[in-house]
Amino acid sequence: MQRTPDAVADAPLPEPPLPTAEAILGEEVPPAGKKKRLGVGAWLAIIWIVGLLLAAIFAPLLPIPEPTEVFPEIARKGPTAGHLLGGDTTGRDVLSRIIYGARASYAVGFGAVGFGLVIGGAIGLMAGFFRGKFDAIATPAMNVFLAIPQFILALSLVTVLASQDGVTGSRRLMVVILGLGIVSVPLLGRITRANTLTWSEREFVLAARAMGAKNGRIMFREVLPNVIPAMASIALLAVGIAIVAEGGLALFGAGVQLPTPSWGNMIAEARTSMRRAPHTIIFTSIVLFLTVLSLNYLGDVVRQRFDVREAAL
Amino acid sequence: MSSAQVIDGAQPTGVPGAGPLLQVSHVSTEFPTPRGVVHAVNDVSFTLERGKTLGVVGESGSGKSVLSRTIMGLLPRSAQRSGEVVFEGRPIHDLDSAGYRSLWGTEMAMVFQDPMTALNPVMKVGRQITESLRYHLDMDKSEARETAVALLRAVRIPEAERRFNAYPHEMSGGMRQRVVIAVALACGPKLLFADEPTTALDVTVQAQILDLLAEQQRDRYMAMVLVTHDLGVVAGRADEIAVMYAGRIVEKAATKVLFREMRMPYTEALLNAIPKLGDPSHTRLAAIGGRPPDLVDPPKGCPFSPRCPYARERCHEERPELTPSESNPDHLYACFYPVGSPETEEIRVRIQAQRLIDSAPPEVREAAAEHPGGQG
Repeated sequence: MQRTPDAVADAPLPEPPLPTAEAILGEEVPPAGKKKRLGVGAWLAIIWIVGLLLAAIFAPLLPIPEPTEVFPEIARKGPTAGHLLGGDTTGRDVLSRIIYGARASYAVGFGAVGFGLVIGGAIGLMAGFFRGKFDAIATPAMNVFLAIPQFILALSLVTVLASQDGVTGSRRLMVVILGLGIVSVPLLGRITRANTLTWSEREFVLAARAMGAKNGRIMFREVLPNVIPAMASIALLAVGIAIVAEGGLALFGAGVQLPTPSWGNMIAEARTSMRRAPHTIIFTSIVLFLTVLSLNYLGDVVRQRFDVREAAL
Repeated sequence: MSSAQVIDGAQPTGVPGAGPLLQVSHVSTEFPTPRGVVHAVNDVSFTLERGKTLGVVGESGSGKSVLSRTIMGLLPRSAQRSGEVVFEGRPIHDLDSAGYRSLWGTEMAMVFQDPMTALNPVMKVGRQITESLRYHLDMDKSEARETAVALLRAVRIPEAERRFNAYPHEMSGGMRQRVVIAVALACGPKLLFADEPTTALDVTVQAQILDLLAEQQRDRYMAMVLVTHDLGVVAGRADEIAVMYAGRIVEKAATKVLFREMRMPYTEALLNAIPKLGDPSHTRLAAIGGRPPDLVDPPKGCPFSPRCPYARERCHEERPELTPSESNPDHLYACFYPVGSPETEEIRVRIQAQRLIDSAPPEVREAAAEHPGGQG
């Protein structure tokens, strides 16, 4: 028997302490509307990515030759006047192919991750918010997907989806986007679910419910805006991964189809003449490297700015 | 009469009508867990009149928060509840979620404990108020904005116009709690649950927030259930106080009556646990020994008996029912040997004597040990 008599020993006259302080409004308030600035690195990354994007979009207006035009005199030659980055094995302008290649590479990177964000995000948001049966099915399914080696999965998907004869270049591009997109669904879905779970537990969600908000409203207006920074941070990393993955697929002949240039198939094509004309592979790789670096760096900046904890990866 | 007028407190919203605002009878809430069923709220009944305040006091885990959430219908799906809740003459305990949604915000609202987490960090505070105004009261954008600014002013936020566009992290804790209150008051509820509204705040800000709540309540003729663990908080502000322990109401009386003649030893212990300004420094803080009972497997007798200094054999065997006091039928308590009865007085004297002996110099203590039974 636990009894501690001295705890409740002397009963004094009840004297309720009445704090009667007046509503003093001297509370300290930080000034509103002050924002952290982006660093130089972040600006450089943004300039690089957006600059390449603009160049890719407006490529026909730039003073560069067509990416498929062959100049026999510059085949396997390094930078010369008029062809700043030289020519590739068959004499096509490397600079032009890099800029036009950005179209396919960006399309693959952002397209695949966009697909993953929409599908995976929707699954993750619903699983994390409603939990219950939907979560019990969706989450194990995503885990099973994650257990399959990602690259093998993407390769098989692309091979199966593009197996018919006479697949056109743009169709092949769609297939690559879809294949890599499907692979990214469980990854982005899990991140979204983990973040949704923690945010849904917050009191403001209950407060919104206690003010009469419906589930859909709570999910999209209260929870989703809080989850988006985490999703954006991972998505930026994923774009870089998808661009590199396309290069991997290209090595197996499953990437974007030639003659449409992509950084992946340029590297794959140039690797046969690496000894005699290394500049093609080097220049393309540098561009690829800088792009992925910029994306990763921006992902980090987003994560730091919004203090997203890497809850689950 | 514009709606802005109604909302910012110019007009009372909980106008007197027939009958009590809220009648709660025999409400119980249970949570099935892997360890067993947690009896969070047990057979709680009370009535709340319009415009009045009920203080619900108890330790952590006494079921006070679950009680307010049970009444509001804000429990997780796993919870099992029974008993009747009648709001304005209408039973609301078996409403579905759409039925509750029609009550939430406009009829009853809740102020949450922690202003740090009760506001959405990525939404401007103004929009958090206008959301429900536009949804429930069908206001257009500018009308909602006007009302929200009026509300922010009503909860004494300086520069309300500018604060409308601030994010929660740009405000201090006290400010945020004011915003939380403004959100809860937005649609003019008749009943406000304040779930430990000041626990997360500084002591100086606590008083301001409580005064603000009282003022808003008076202006709007709104009833309030003020949940707290601090008797001091409800002392000057509640009309009636219900003390909860282990999911049950163990003592309930009008505030003055309760403080004048508390009967339940637990109430007394809670009051003693408040440090008093007049005490000399280094006075030992009076804690309530032991821990709150396990709500999966509550003790057989009175749930407070293991920690009660006055407990006797009977307390450990039988559970006392909530019964009216002989002097005042509105003063209910659940105790066999209430504070002030001869049995408890005897023990109290003995405990005090022991205390004195313990604090005396060693030679006196030895002398006392040689003459046990000698009156200290």
